[in-house]
Amino acid sequence: MRYLLILLVCLLPVFSYAGQATDMAADPVLEKRMIGLAENLRCLVCQNESLASSHADLAEDLRREVREQMQKGLSDQEIIDYLVSRYGDFVLYDPPVKKATLVLWYGPFALLLAGAGMLIYQLRKRKSQVPEAELSAEDAQRAASLLEETPESSNQSKDKQA
Amino acid sequence: MMRFILPFVVFLIMAAFMYVGLGLNPHEVPSPLVGKAAPAFTLPQLHEPSKQFSPQDMKGKVWLFNVWASWCTACESEHPVFVELSRQNIVPIYGMDYKDKREDGEAWLRKHGNPYALVVSDTEGRVGINYGVYGVPETYVIDKQGIIQYKQIGAVTPKILDEKILPLVKELQAK
Repeated sequence: MRYLLILLVCLLPVFSYAGQATDMAADPVLEKRMIGLAENLRCLVCQNESLASSHADLAEDLRREVREQMQKGLSDQEIIDYLVSRYGDFVLYDPPVKKATLVLWYGPFALLLAGAGMLIYQLRKRKSQVPEAELSAEDAQRAASLLEETPESSNQSKDKQA
Repeated sequence: MMRFILPFVVFLIMAAFMYVGLGLNPHEVPSPLVGKAAPAFTLPQLHEPSKQFSPQDMKGKVWLFNVWASWCTACESEHPVFVELSRQNIVPIYGMDYKDKREDGEAWLRKHGNPYALVVSDTEGRVGINYGVYGVPETYVIDKQGIIQYKQIGAVTPKILDEKILPLVKELQAK
């Protein structure tokens, strides 16, 4: 019981304060545009968060930077180019296709092709390995008689089975 | 035989990738600024706010630009390296107190020693963004033409200093 109590106390969110989003722009349209842009940018400090949602100090500063550049009249692309020139492609959630990212972009397709190739190769090999069964005269006759059965009778037999 | 070799080769390739991946630090984002001109700025000096400093003043010299802050614990661990380096007079170290209060920065330097030829204060972190700073400490090696030749993300250790920074500094000074 005492341990349970200690555990419960440990669970109290005493240290869960993580800072508040303090930035509030006077211009809601610009703020919306900034958030829209920041959602596609990665925060460098908490790397699994977007710049829009991160509470890290740096993310706050970068949002301020984006906001200011927007006020200066820069286009979204110009702002993205600026951030990439400072922090690298890492800030982009959508990395551009270049030499270094070729494997990232086309690797999965290459693997898929390799897998398909392997599959076809294996299937062909198996096909050539299974010997064609030889038909004895007796079997041939049975097969012929089965084929000659009228469609109706085969329907009937199906009905019976059902 | 092929049945065993092929999966084994695939396994080896994957194992190699994963092994390399284990050694990578995701927090070390390569800087696109290496090889480019150090962004210009003009900032007030920490000790004499009325005076300013700008990297253009350093043209013709190889210098280190160290971004630190009094709130940064990793800075404390790398600081003795710079204090020691400053005694050897090999290369001037310029500091930037990043997102810090002036008093805190000054107090920190009094406590831990001041290896810097000069310190500027970037209280709002704007110059930091221009330099692609995302985690202090960060250290740049800037050459005579004002080009960033190297960026150290995280603390400079004696090993990094001896193996990477100092050889590079000597090479750049000889140019």
